[in-house]
Amino acid sequence: MTERYDVLVVGAGPAGLAAAQAAASHGARVGLLDAQARHGGQVWRHDVRRGAPRAARKALDALARRRVEWLPQHQIVAAGRRTLLAETPQTAVRLVFGALVLATGARELLLPFPGWTLPGVTGAGGLQALAKQGWPVAGKRVAVAGSGPLLLAAAATLRRHGAHVLGIHEQAPATAVSAFARQLWRWPARVAQAAALRATLAGVPYRFGSFVRAAHGIDALEGIDIEDAHGSRRIACDMLAVGYGLVPNVELAALLGCATDDAGTHPRVQVDRMLRTSVANIYAAGELCGVGGLAAARIEGAIAGHVAAGAIAAATDLLPARERERRFARLLARHFALDARLRALADGDTVVCRCEDVALAALDGFDDARAAKLATRCGMGACQGRVCGSALAELGRFPRGGFRPPLFPARLASLAAADLSLPDSSIPDLST
Amino acid sequence: MNGYDLIVVGAGIVGASCADEAAAAGLRVAIVEPGPIGGGATACAMGHLVAMDDDPAELALARHSLHRWEEFADLAEAEFSRCGTLWVARNEAEAAGIAQRVARLEASGGEAHAVDAQALYRLEPALAPGLCGGMLVPREAVVYPPRMALHLVRRARQRGAVLYAGRAARRLGRAAVTLDDGTVLAGPTLVATGCALPELLPQLPLRPRKGHLLITDRYPGLLHHQVLELGYADSAHGHAGSSVAFNVQPRPTGQILIGSSREFDVADPSVSAPMLQRMLQRAFDFMPALRGLRAIRAWTGFRPATPDGRPYLGAVPGRADLWVAAGHEGLGVTTALGSAQLMLDLLLGRTPAIDPAPYAPARALA
Ligand SMILES: Cc1cc2nc3c(=O)[nH]c(=O)nc-3n(C[C@H](O)[C@H](O)[C@H](O)COP(=O)(O)OP(=O)(O)OC[C@H]3O[C@@H](n4cnc5c(N)ncnc54)[C@H](O)[C@@H]3O)c2cc1C
Ligand SMILES: Cc1cc2nc3c(=O)[nH]c(=O)nc-3n(C[C@H](O)[C@H](O)[C@H](O)COP(=O)(O)OP(=O)(O)OC[C@H]3O[C@@H](n4cnc5c(N)ncnc54)[C@H](O)[C@@H]3O)c2cc1C
Repeated sequence: MTERYDVLVVGAGPAGLAAAQAAASHGARVGLLDAQARHGGQVWRHDVRRGAPRAARKALDALARRRVEWLPQHQIVAAGRRTLLAETPQTAVRLVFGALVLATGARELLLPFPGWTLPGVTGAGGLQALAKQGWPVAGKRVAVAGSGPLLLAAAATLRRHGAHVLGIHEQAPATAVSAFARQLWRWPARVAQAAALRATLAGVPYRFGSFVRAAHGIDALEGIDIEDAHGSRRIACDMLAVGYGLVPNVELAALLGCATDDAGTHPRVQVDRMLRTSVANIYAAGELCGVGGLAAARIEGAIAGHVAAGAIAAATDLLPARERERRFARLLARHFALDARLRALADGDTVVCRCEDVALAALDGFDDARAAKLATRCGMGACQGRVCGSALAELGRFPRGGFRPPLFPARLASLAAADLSLPDSSIPDLST
Repeated sequence: MNGYDLIVVGAGIVGASCADEAAAAGLRVAIVEPGPIGGGATACAMGHLVAMDDDPAELALARHSLHRWEEFADLAEAEFSRCGTLWVARNEAEAAGIAQRVARLEASGGEAHAVDAQALYRLEPALAPGLCGGMLVPREAVVYPPRMALHLVRRARQRGAVLYAGRAARRLGRAAVTLDDGTVLAGPTLVATGCALPELLPQLPLRPRKGHLLITDRYPGLLHHQVLELGYADSAHGHAGSSVAFNVQPRPTGQILIGSSREFDVADPSVSAPMLQRMLQRAFDFMPALRGLRAIRAWTGFRPATPDGRPYLGAVPGRADLWVAAGHEGLGVTTALGSAQLMLDLLLGRTPAIDPAPYAPARALA
């Protein structure tokens, strides 16, 4: 089956929703797809108890009035020139686009430490998402740890779902966090957001310069060692939600040949002011261009959607707002920079690659992801290094290796159905 | 002084085997490799240790090599798994050729049995109905080539070999090699650079032949043998611009490795969706149950192919102290150990274990 769109948007988080809406407002035939069954991405993920947040509902209502075709449970698994191959629970679909907006977001950065693979230990955003999907956390003693404002959002969700949140352990020192807070007045919406979170979290200790050194338990998590300025102490808990920030999902962009900026620890998609990637007719918006948060993602989505539909003027109007939000993102990155001690938590026996059960010591002596992979299988499993590759890059071992299709584990029948080579004449062209 | 008894250029499975063999013979060895050990074609290969019977010379080299592989049957790094090879016949015509193939393999010292259709499905219940029996070669195995290359280089180093890691050979002089950082190594030189051979020895014709492979998630128990179609040799040894053949392998992890495709005149290393599609359709024809399995990665590699399909093993004509071991096409993992032994026989003036004439590089210049 083949479907054709003037503008195809991959990812239905805030960036993708805004892109679809903007592109459709100019009359383009827009397809919006996501691997998930519902719109929302990470931050606007549908909550089984509470529905979607108001901002998300408004975005969806706006979308419903436009010519946007919603393609849920479409996981992109391979890509060709101007063609994507999506797998659905039943079949595989070939999607041909005139212009493509990538809004694939980010995933959580998980760092290995002794005990991190015990059942009961999850990502902070990961547990937040599970709770929204109905995973029972009520009455559970949960410690939240890691770095960044996401911890507060995760803790708030967990609390609303009845978890007993023992505390939030932010690795950044108090000085950095308060310096950050002093700048916040420039972004009044953030102040309101922060105040609302604090209200939800009243009574939950928020500790700074504090991190999880190890998790303990026989078959499942029983307790954790927390380290701060006063030393190390053991606390008992049922769950640990720990996340060290986000890593851009650049894999699809890379597969399409879009250049990435590899100057930082984790690659991000290179875009110009108008969010054009290095490949003609492909645009990127939101976290995959560098972690920037919800507001940046929405603005960038709108910019990319306008440009993809050929509406440069509408996009240009939004550039100052984008710059403001990117400034906020830089502020965030600066003040929540990771403590060097976090990179030394894993010992030789700590498993780094969970798919293939590879311990850190097995990687000693390798300074290249490919050589290490060939010799130890690290990164060869189902996740293809999404977790361990990013962690090892953060640990300063070596950057993550190259990508190959499929993007996600895909049925052989889907790959065999896919003729991704297309004659040029069958491609709608919107380029200006 | 950077003087050696032998400088091995390239540490794929072939160079690694030669370096190991030379170090074991007491030679002072240097190894030059710009990338990861075994990171070239060796890292892309299926690692099937297989005797092909359609060329007597290739069969002799493979047979000799398979004997040598037995030494590593218990080595963890080799990930040696004796799954055996099962060749399947699509029709009576293919089945009719089996008796002769069995005879040729047995004559070379191997073990092979014809199997009827009933036995075929007992061996591999997931095969598509309607196949006409096949041939079982029970003692053949699969290995994990890049770790094996790494093991051989480590063993050579334990015997004194010196590894010039991250360095490439730029120029071959008279009993000397100049590296890309200007270092000059002195001594007889053996070039084992696989597909890169023409960069150093353009007089020896060699073409890269692209292949695709795909690995699935873990499905233990679905497949038991390396299974190929008997028509495989037509794909492997034919000269068609592109071809595919049914070739599947059970990895010790329970994963299934699926091949194979062959393409000349393609330099782009990216996975080609149409080629993958053809290869998978071919595999489904023989094993429909593969359709529902999940793929976790597809990749490509380039086989170093000589015009007649045999490797160049021996002295480079007209050049003193210059040797070559390259061009093993789709069988280099299998034949690396025998190739290395032959090279050392020639280098040291020992009586060669097998007739070296079919592999003599001089044939390319004739
Ligand atoms: C685990 C987690 C929890 C978070 N929680 C919060 C929070 O509580 N508060 C907050 O402010 N921010 C949160 N964020 C940050 C959030 O990512 C961004 O601020 C914001 O959602 C950016 O929007 P986006 O559209 O760029 O990315 P996302 O919202 O992440 O959306 C990307 C979408 O693309 C889809 N996708 C990706 N690749 C493919 C593919 N190949 N094929 C098909 N679909 C694909 C994904 O399924 C996802 O739905 C969280 C992030 C993560 C990773
Ligand atoms: C898809 C595929 C499947 C295969 N399956 C099988 C199989 O099942 N069984 C089997 O027996 N064979 C198989 N093969 C064939 C096998 O992989 C090759 O024949 C074998 O790996 C060749 O080894 P090599 O050492 O000659 O080459 P390579 O492994 O390519 O090694 C050459 C080395 O030389 C280095 N080099 C290059 N230039 C220089 C320079 N200037 N200086 C120094 N070093 C240099 C390279 O970095 C490289 O490491 C397969 C091949 C492919 C592509």
